[in-house]
Amino acid sequence: MAVYKLKTPISEEETRKLKVNDVLYVSGTMVTARDQAHRRALEHFKQGKSLPINLEGLAVFHCGPIVKKKEDRWTIVAAGPTTSTRMDIFEDEFIKNFKARVIVGKGGMGKRTTEAMAKYGAVYGAFTGGAAILAAKAIKNVRTVEWLDLGMPEAMWILEVEEFGPLTVAIDSHGNNLFMEVQKKVEENKQRIYQKLGI
Amino acid sequence: METLDVVEKVAFNLLRLAVIYLPDDVKRALQKAHAEETSETGKTQLKAILDNVEFAEKYGAPMCQDTGTIIFYVKAGAKAKDLDKVEKALIRATKRATVEIPIRPNAVNPFTQKNSGDNTGRLIPYVNWEIVPGTDTEITVLPKGGGSENVCVMSMLVPGEGIKGVKKFVVDAVLKAGAKPCPPNILGVGIGGGSDIAMKIAKKALLRPIEVPNLDPEIARLEEEILEAVNMTGIGPMGLGGKTTVLGVNIDYAYRHPASYPAAVAFNCWAARRATAKISADGTVEYLTHKVEVK
Repeated sequence: MAVYKLKTPISEEETRKLKVNDVLYVSGTMVTARDQAHRRALEHFKQGKSLPINLEGLAVFHCGPIVKKKEDRWTIVAAGPTTSTRMDIFEDEFIKNFKARVIVGKGGMGKRTTEAMAKYGAVYGAFTGGAAILAAKAIKNVRTVEWLDLGMPEAMWILEVEEFGPLTVAIDSHGNNLFMEVQKKVEENKQRIYQKLGI
Repeated sequence: METLDVVEKVAFNLLRLAVIYLPDDVKRALQKAHAEETSETGKTQLKAILDNVEFAEKYGAPMCQDTGTIIFYVKAGAKAKDLDKVEKALIRATKRATVEIPIRPNAVNPFTQKNSGDNTGRLIPYVNWEIVPGTDTEITVLPKGGGSENVCVMSMLVPGEGIKGVKKFVVDAVLKAGAKPCPPNILGVGIGGGSDIAMKIAKKALLRPIEVPNLDPEIARLEEEILEAVNMTGIGPMGLGGKTTVLGVNIDYAYRHPASYPAAVAFNCWAARRATAKISADGTVEYLTHKVEVK
């Protein structure tokens, strides 16, 4: 287990150094995107429209934050990760088209995303679910918000972050997926548990 | 002060206390889990949770951005006055809390997908009523997170399998939920009654502190047995592997129909938020779950 501190834009080469179980802190630009923002981004790509921000080398955060507006300035109140599996249906195309290098969320992602991360060079950083204040503390500035018509949680919040983490590298760019490894072990434990309970 | 104002103020305070300050029993369970965790990744997760809980208290900000669907449990004294105004006050408090704490607007119309923006809408906040003797009114708020709600399950088990069937049902629910409900979790288990009753008592069981076992020693033993079993899964904190998947199991039951064996599991995330206060007839208020000062 190694500890890495990376700054955006993150290169493919830097991404490839990371291995499952490593701890990662990200500084620079991080963009929130949940279901609706993923869907719209991919629609824009299909229609040949550019996104409000170039995501290449950036970190994308599965997060619907609580944001407060004070005298025309947005401040993040709380910003923990949301369940990433919902974005599984979009993420492979998203990584392929926009070349985001670090996807941050909770709960892990599936085979499609794992394959795309190996192919195009990206990692999944698991951030502790619910640790909203830890996240908010690392967010130094809300640069802007895009697609606010999707609602506060679904909008694209463009954030400046400093040492955002700890992120546990749970999917690396070499086809390893920590959640799937744990799942395999859990499956092995199942019979032992049934036996113990006499079921 | 008018009843409406008192209840609104108390409910607002309860919402604030609940989303910022994790109950002591849950905090202690997380500290214990952190001390005992052998997986390095699991320990990192628990440390992040404990740091986060501390920062939330320090900054007076919600510990999790998902401040949940707002659910109230009201024990209304049969002789308390103005009970017809309580629900209105709870709605007002919820709207105020959304802006002033703030909490995330989490009430969406299931047909238009439009977010009401203030955490209220048809039947939301949901109020569970119970009439009790006396003049006191006790109000509890349970801000219920969506991630853990999405894995709640109810099933009509085979009566012939008895309690064995329940054990398998709960273990399978935890295995299937995996990382999704933000483990370590608290499980409310409801047995019997009917399909609706099983889930209702399962969710209500989440209000009992995890350090308080069921009063029935046999059910308390079952709680222990299931707790031990689900912690053998290896799912661990945040599903990244480790010893602690569940912090506590709270079981409640109702008598069942001879042909039916309903069972339900209500999951709560580690941010197991709840707060209770009692309003007496003379307007004095006692906050029962939190020792912090309220204005």
